[in-house]
Amino acid sequence: MGLELYLDLLSQPCRAVYIFAKKNGIPFELRPVELLKGMMFPVFLGEQVPPETLASTLAELDRCLQLLEDKFLKDQDFVAGPHISVADLVAITELMHPVSAGCQVFKSRPKLAAWRQRVEAEVGKDLFQEAHAAVMKVKDLPPADPAIKEKLKPSVQGLLQ
Amino acid sequence: MGLELYLDLLSQPCRAVYIFAKKNGIPFELRPVELLKGQHHSDAFAQVNPLKKVPALKDGDFTLAESVAILLYLSRKYEVPDHWYPQDLQARARVDEYLAWQHTALRSSCTRAMWQKMMFPVFLGEQVPPETLASTLAELDRCLQLLEDKFLKDQDFVAGPHISVADLVAITELMHPVSAGCQVFKSRPKLAAWRQRVEAEVGKDLFQEAHAAVMKVKDLPPADPAIKEKLKPSVQGLLQ
Repeated sequence: MGLELYLDLLSQPCRAVYIFAKKNGIPFELRPVELLKGMMFPVFLGEQVPPETLASTLAELDRCLQLLEDKFLKDQDFVAGPHISVADLVAITELMHPVSAGCQVFKSRPKLAAWRQRVEAEVGKDLFQEAHAAVMKVKDLPPADPAIKEKLKPSVQGLLQ
Repeated sequence: MGLELYLDLLSQPCRAVYIFAKKNGIPFELRPVELLKGQHHSDAFAQVNPLKKVPALKDGDFTLAESVAILLYLSRKYEVPDHWYPQDLQARARVDEYLAWQHTALRSSCTRAMWQKMMFPVFLGEQVPPETLASTLAELDRCLQLLEDKFLKDQDFVAGPHISVADLVAITELMHPVSAGCQVFKSRPKLAAWRQRVEAEVGKDLFQEAHAAVMKVKDLPPADPAIKEKLKPSVQGLLQ
């Protein structure tokens, strides 16, 4: 048995690994693992998230985006220097996560938006969209049935802070 | 100016970097940054690390943040013995795997356990709800189990038969709740035996020197109000 990658493209780190392997023509067997993790508590799990919790989380996200711009990207074309690296794959797949939930991550951040364009161009638009197809459709998922909710809730409770 | 390491040995990742540099005879200037005095928020330190965290490294004009990046930079630059970060593809992958996992798992729970059990009540004079502490200790326990079952297994060290940077990162984390009185090794003979091996490899003197400051934290007097005000915002997240 050759190389096997166990992935669920709903997961950001899985997308980074997928893009890297595909882009570099690394031969592998894809072993899909379905996490059934909802992107949004309200939509998938039907659980209300207190507005102040969400506000605090989005503020933290904003803080991290600022650090990404100021400390890592700076005036470079890519996160770790003049060329695309695994750091850019890890970063872009992370940022696409809140984007899939409707957060306008790139809207007021032209520097990050420009970097995103460069990363997509380097990766190739088709591969980039293929890797993100699943997570971009999560908002259209029907609410989870009660059995799934019971199964998922304990492991995702920590995400409610 | 040669290599400078900006450290506060109260911090777990600083201890890992300190032990690694000392054990390997890497020459450096120690630049102390006192976290409990808020020195990591100074403008001067921000020049070294805009993320305002320790450890940080300055090598001539080159600055570097993040303990894992620092450990790997030092291991490559100073060509330390292979076992610290092995060349072999899969042996190295095991070390990488541990280093990646531990950030959001063991590190997170060790930091919160130490702060909730000791720093908040003793140093900051803030009561932590018993259920919060209980939940944190349960999470710590879960991580310790994973450390034993998934990483250590029947090996002598976390990533294989030889000590590596993964062991330094792990042991310095575990000493954090130990400094707060958590009996991490008491009911876990496998981890206790591993700890003995790591201390022996590192050298008892160096190990104790690196941990002297954190082991004395429980005897610190309560923080004065000015310090409390300064520190509280940045540590509030540890109350969960």
